[in-house]
Parts: sequence; C-alpha cells; structure tokens
Amino acid sequence: MSDPINRCPIQLTENGQLRHFLTTEGLPRELLTEILDTADSFVDMSAQQVKKVPLLRGKTVVNLFFEASTRTLSTFELAAKRLSADVLNLNISTSSTKKGETLKDTLMTMRAMHSDMFVVRHSDSGAAHFIAEQVTPDVAVINAGDGRHAHPTQAMLDMLTIRRHKGQFEGLKVAIVGDILHSRVARSQIHALRILGAEEIRVIAPQTLLPRHIESLGAKVYTDMNSGLRDVDVVMMLRLQKERMDSALLPSESEFYKLYGLTRDKLAFAKPDAIVMHPGPINRGVEIESAVADGERSVILDQVTNGIAVRMAVMSMAMSGQLAEKNRAQPDIDNLNL
Amino acid sequence: MLSGTLSVEALLEKISAETRAQIIQRDIENPLMIGIRTGGAWIAERLHQDLDLETPLGVLDISFYRDDFTQVGLNPKVQPSQLPCPVEGRHILLVDDVVMTGRTIRAALNELFDYGRPASVMLITLLDLQRRELPIQADVVGGTLALGPDQSIKLSGPDPLTLTIRQRD
Repeated sequence: MSDPINRCPIQLTENGQLRHFLTTEGLPRELLTEILDTADSFVDMSAQQVKKVPLLRGKTVVNLFFEASTRTLSTFELAAKRLSADVLNLNISTSSTKKGETLKDTLMTMRAMHSDMFVVRHSDSGAAHFIAEQVTPDVAVINAGDGRHAHPTQAMLDMLTIRRHKGQFEGLKVAIVGDILHSRVARSQIHALRILGAEEIRVIAPQTLLPRHIESLGAKVYTDMNSGLRDVDVVMMLRLQKERMDSALLPSESEFYKLYGLTRDKLAFAKPDAIVMHPGPINRGVEIESAVADGERSVILDQVTNGIAVRMAVMSMAMSGQLAEKNRAQPDIDNLNL
Repeated sequence: MLSGTLSVEALLEKISAETRAQIIQRDIENPLMIGIRTGGAWIAERLHQDLDLETPLGVLDISFYRDDFTQVGLNPKVQPSQLPCPVEGRHILLVDDVVMTGRTIRAALNELFDYGRPASVMLITLLDLQRRELPIQADVVGGTLALGPDQSIKLSGPDPLTLTIRQRD
C-alpha cells in the first residue's frame, strides 16, 4: 500500500475526528458508525415542519464540480441548505490542457472568498486529496467522486440504507454487480463493508470489467450471476459507466443484460428477503429489469433519501473537526450542557 | 460550600405536585410532555408516570441546535428527537434536569418551533442553578442551588437518579 491517496491521514484531526472526507479506506469502524448514527438523526428530521437545522449557519459551502453530475450535486446542495449553510455551485470544465494550474487558481480564488468547505467532484483520481492538501487547514474538503478512486458519500449512504433495512452488518453477504473496473463507488463500498464487518463481499462482473487484484481488497470474485447471487442478503447494482467505457470491453448492452442484468429470475437465487440497490441513474433493461427496480425488494428511492442525510452528517462532522482544530487551544469546556 | 449528593426523590415529588397544580390552574387539557436528552428525558419519564399523562412522552435531542457548535463541535452521540405527535397547537410541558445559562432551553425552543407552533410551553426543572445568560425562567422549579465557580453538578441515571456535586480541578 504505497499509494499515498489510499492512506489518507489527512482526513483526521490529531484527536481522530473527521476533518476531510476523501475515502472510506482506512477509517476506523467507530468513525463510520458515528457517520451512520448521525445520519440516522438527520433522516428522522423529516418529521419537522421546518426541515432545517442551524449547524452550518454562516458557513459557505462551495460545490466544485469539475465533472458533470445533476444528482450528486443536487443532493449535496440540499444537504448543505438543510444545515443552513450558504451554497455556491460551480461547474468547471476540465477541457483546459493546463488543468493543474487552472485548478490551483480556482482553489486560491475560492479560498480568498472565505469558503469553509469544498465539495469536490473530479474525473482524476486523487483530485480531492490534492485539493485538501492545498487548502488545509482553512477549508474542509468532501470528496463527491474522484476518477476511479473513491466516492465515499455514495458508499456511506449505501451503508446507511443497508443498516436501516438489515439492522447490522455482521453475518451479511453482499454482492456488488456490474462495471467494477470503472467504478469508484464499488471501491468505496468494498472498503466500507469490510470495515463495518460484513461477512462476505462478492463482486460479480465479466472478466473485462474486473480490475486486477480486486481480491486483495477482500472481495470474492464471480463471473457468473447465478452462483454469485446465491444466498446473498444485499444486491448492489452499479451503473454501466458508458461515458467511461473506453472501447470494446463489452460486446453489446443487450448481451451484458442477458448475462449480468438483474432480472426477477436471477434475483430468485438471492435470499427471499434480499434488498436491491442501485446508485442511479438507472439504465433500465441494461443493468436491471424494470420490474426489479420498481419491485418491493428495491430500496433505490430510500438510497436517495438517505443520501441527503449522510451528506448532512459528513458535512457537519467535517466542519466540526475543522472547528475543533481551530479551537483546540481553548480552555475547559466541561459542563456546557447545562 | 456544598458537596456530595442531593435527594432526587424529594425534588421530583415537589415538581410533580407543582406541575399538577399548574396544569389545573392554567386549565390545560391533555398536555404533551417533552424531556430534553439525556437528564431531562429521565426526569420527564418519572414525571410522565406520576402525572399519568395520556399522550406518550416525547424526547428532544438539541445537539443540532446548540449555539456552541463553532466552539465544541457536534456531539458524537446525537440521537433522533422523538415526538409522538405534531406539536402544532399543543400545550407543551418541557422538562430539563437543570437550568443554568438558559442556552439549552433556547436551543430546545428553537427546535420545538421547527416542528410546529405549540399553544404554550411550560418549563419544568429539577434544579435552578441561576447564573442565567438569557432571559429564560422556569415555571416549575424543584430547588435553587448556588454552586461555587469551580463546582458543577451532574445527574446520573436513569435508575437510580442521583445528583452529584463535583469539584472541578
């Protein structure tokens, strides 16, 4: 493990609090559990008439999206607004050849505007980590997807969805199906599932869409749907990354569907109470049959709801860690709960 | 100087009787009792039993509403607030174990109003520690206590409930 972006001590304060959220890899189980617990409280906030808490009031959150995404951007925006932050959305094209220089200039400009948090999406692996290095300690950075590396908030909203449906991770068999090769989501999911103690993590994909050495992350590899889905508790489908597909890794979408599309017939191999997940947007008839996507075992819309709660949790925790660092020198705070 | 433990039972009896009297005096029907987590929720649980209230007890976690977030950050043990029914138009009996600066109560009121507009809010506390920093007063008080500048008090529970005065080092 010599890859610096995979170790990421920069994510935590000296006291072990979250200050940036760049990857799920290497984080302690307690911290992931704390994210899920905090997110649970935000899910239940939906009972409020005013669906807003004042935690980030007066803070400025900038969504720096170097790669287009409507869904992720809007849930991050909504999460920040429900925390009462002021939000700025920037869609920045990466077409420029002087990418590094442009990026740095953008960061310095944003920092000069006294932003408190950057939510970063970028097509290059390691971009969020690079940005965090530039702006620590002034700005907290949340990774909203970097290249093929990580998409930690997506993984955590999946974890929240699993926990809310299954109660715990111990004893669970989880299958991740589809384009593992190009999927930052899959990587973050595998790390999170392993840290949280899932019993068995399987990846199911054609040989051409499997990264080499995926087993070293702790996942069992299957190239056949029926045997891979046998007795699993959770089926996590991935979107076919058409825009990331370089060349002829697949014969055709219809053949992919025939072999790896989640149909009712194939789902029958999973446990009768297995849940079906998909990060969206769904390619109906490519990765998943409509009857399954809309079926009673599908929790796809819960994932969307939980996504906002998880992003609120991560944003408030990172801001909290950030502020704690700044205030560490301050005296006794015992007993403020009165 | 004060030290040691205080009898919670005697204080509970007192606030229970006074709350009952207040409910009658204000002509309140079917109030909704809400305890502030954690100490206030324990006290509220006992009061709720004593008064034999019809509507189930609510619990408020004010972690997301604290005004010291920028100084102390997020409480890592935050749990969902649980209100059994809408607060809109209801008479609320808000319970906390102690009231000191008034900041917790301010946060609780803010959160409460994000759930709706109650008809009234009555504040009940076991102990008033004075040292107020905001214009907030309890309607029912078990006792008043003036702690020394380096003393603090902690309610442990839920069974048994004990109040311990601690000397800070």
